[in-house]
Amino acid sequence: MELKLSPEDAAFRDEVRSFIAENYPPEMRVPNPETDLTKEQSLLWHRILHKKGWIAPLWPKEYGGPGWSVTQRFIFEQETSRAGTLPPLAFSVTMVGPVIYTFGNEAQKQKFLPRILSGEDWWCQGYSEPGSGSDLATVRTKAVRNGDHYIVNGHKTWTTLAQHADWIFCLVRTDPSAKPQSGISFLLIDMKSPGVTVRPIITIDGSHEVNDVFLENVRVPAENLIGEENKGWTYAKFLLGNERTSMAGIGRSTRYINKLKQIVKAEIPAEDPAHLEFLRDIARIELDVLALEATELRVVAQMARGIDPGPAASLFKIRGTEIFQAITELTHRAIGNYGLAIREHPVSANRFMPGADYGHTASEKYLNARKLSIYGGSNEIQRNIIAKAVLGL
Amino acid sequence: MDIQFTEEQELLRSSVQRLLRDQYDFEARRKIVASEEGFSRKQWDAFAELGLLAAPFSEGAGGLGGGPLSTMIVMHEFGRHLVVEPFVETVVLAGGLIEHVGTPEQQQSFIPEIIDGSKIWTLAWTEKASRFDLANVTTRARREGSDHILTGAKTMVIAAPWADYLIVSARTSGDDRDRGGVSLFVVDRRATGVDLRSFKTIDGRRAAELGLHEVRGQLLGAEGEGLAALEACRDRAIGALCAEAVGAIGELNSATLEYSKTRKQFGTTIGSFQVLQHRMVDMFIAHQEALSLMQHLSLSLSAGDAGLSRLASGAKSKIGYAGKFVADQAVQLHGGMGMTDELNVGHYFKRISSINIQFGDPAFHVLRYAQLDAAA
Repeated sequence: MELKLSPEDAAFRDEVRSFIAENYPPEMRVPNPETDLTKEQSLLWHRILHKKGWIAPLWPKEYGGPGWSVTQRFIFEQETSRAGTLPPLAFSVTMVGPVIYTFGNEAQKQKFLPRILSGEDWWCQGYSEPGSGSDLATVRTKAVRNGDHYIVNGHKTWTTLAQHADWIFCLVRTDPSAKPQSGISFLLIDMKSPGVTVRPIITIDGSHEVNDVFLENVRVPAENLIGEENKGWTYAKFLLGNERTSMAGIGRSTRYINKLKQIVKAEIPAEDPAHLEFLRDIARIELDVLALEATELRVVAQMARGIDPGPAASLFKIRGTEIFQAITELTHRAIGNYGLAIREHPVSANRFMPGADYGHTASEKYLNARKLSIYGGSNEIQRNIIAKAVLGL
Repeated sequence: MDIQFTEEQELLRSSVQRLLRDQYDFEARRKIVASEEGFSRKQWDAFAELGLLAAPFSEGAGGLGGGPLSTMIVMHEFGRHLVVEPFVETVVLAGGLIEHVGTPEQQQSFIPEIIDGSKIWTLAWTEKASRFDLANVTTRARREGSDHILTGAKTMVIAAPWADYLIVSARTSGDDRDRGGVSLFVVDRRATGVDLRSFKTIDGRRAAELGLHEVRGQLLGAEGEGLAALEACRDRAIGALCAEAVGAIGELNSATLEYSKTRKQFGTTIGSFQVLQHRMVDMFIAHQEALSLMQHLSLSLSAGDAGLSRLASGAKSKIGYAGKFVADQAVQLHGGMGMTDELNVGHYFKRISSINIQFGDPAFHVLRYAQLDAAA
């Protein structure tokens, strides 16, 4: 499905398409880019986009954004996702960047924004804590003002790719006596500070994506506070709004469906009754994607006319993740007995993996995709948001 | 239809429970899975000593005569503890085949070494293109003297790296997908021409791709009539796997319920949210139904009921879907913790996912259930 594009937008789409075709690094085309690339490899595309001026579609022009319209941003998102490019690190560009240019002071903007754009600084997100989960307002990590520093103590968890990070943006409690949401501040912490320890969390797919981050008496310069003390919750909510957009994942789902179709064709002979069952199951998912894509396009068209999409992001998150989980399940089923095998991490060990190449990441994707309905505000929470904000329940 | 266990069965259950509680907690299992070999000889010997490896065999074959109900009891407990040792492969699959179609000489020669724990076996039936079809066999065997010579390849053979002997399905006549012409052979895993490429499975076991090049094998059962033997073997395997799945489902439900009563979000336990209460009620119902079907199937297996195979497929499908639902929700309700390698919940999830592949997924078996009805 396509937006009805103006000639200018159509030309823009063609430009994006051919730029990707000509410039996407071949060494990033590995079986599972999310787990198989080194930090340096995963930054290759980031640097290419930066050089082109396309690294931060969301950012205003004055801070280094390309100055695109809503439609152009959508086209870019659609094309990069359809082409299977690894998106630049969201924590840097999509999350902390906009917080800094919206709520940060001039010094913070000058210090951090260029390094985010260039990929020089890798950011991770210090929101979740062992006790908090989807209820972020219960942050317990404490920051106590001591002269021109904060002394930070606490434990962050599920910190994605903290093992690569140069900086972490943290929600910390600065006023223990205030109500949960009003005593929180937004603090930027250098990962090289003494007292910061990263411990890997291995997930059920065997990969190392998330971490515990321990903060023990970490001295953080007060100049790293974003905005006002105790106003962090406002900034955090602003950021979560950005996190939950573009979670429909239409491009990714479409690519995985196409791959699934090839697997079914290769694995299950047409005379096997399972073949027809798979075709039907795939068609159902394709219709789910079609409906979600149509919804996304409708929302984009409304946004282009200046209408606030409201909690549409929650709808995209719920359906986008459910759809992708269904695709990974079906793919795992399609490879039959080979679904019993799983690649060993780290992948560089290059151990033997049975079956055709197209099935080699099916098990790990299936297992890894279980996280989608949990993270970024669980799907139960997203339903609560729609119930409250849309249905008025 | 609730099974009232006999004194002997109750004794079997309590002794397995005690052994696993004392020696097979989650940490012990983690060490076993991470070890070089990937399973524990020590545990295997303990199983032998306790008589578990003898339990299902008939007394005539040197066993304890417990039949499918004893398999159910053992596997249910194994499911609760995620035991990785190859009980299904050695005792249920290979042992069952030897007992049911082996000659008296073969039974006398092989079964005692299974019972005393000294030999490990597995069954190699799956091939690259076979999917879940037992009759889809391209590996070939030709007679040479009193033996046969096998050439071909088997895939995803669970426990092959641990096994001393393999039972291999190979075609002695007919076309690749004919029902007739499939025969079974005992092959020494270390024999010349056997090539193993090993790897780990998602549920922490070891498996191998098996190459067979001019390998000497000993016929097991009647030549060309291996398919019926394999089908009956699959029914028994399903009985065992269903019991294991029900054990795992029960543990997931207990863990999830416990967690929902202690985990606090938004100032209250998550178990107080109605949406999660209803979810856990559905998980409870799924467990109850699965447990009942598991017992129903095991009783039918014991009695050798007509229509047994159809019931086996029905149970594999229904319990498979129940397991998938419970495992999905157990991970979801545990949140991020459910995603970690550290917590046992994800490991139950993976074992249930594996069970749902072994001998056919729930979609395959619901279709077979329908087809066997239409054929009746």
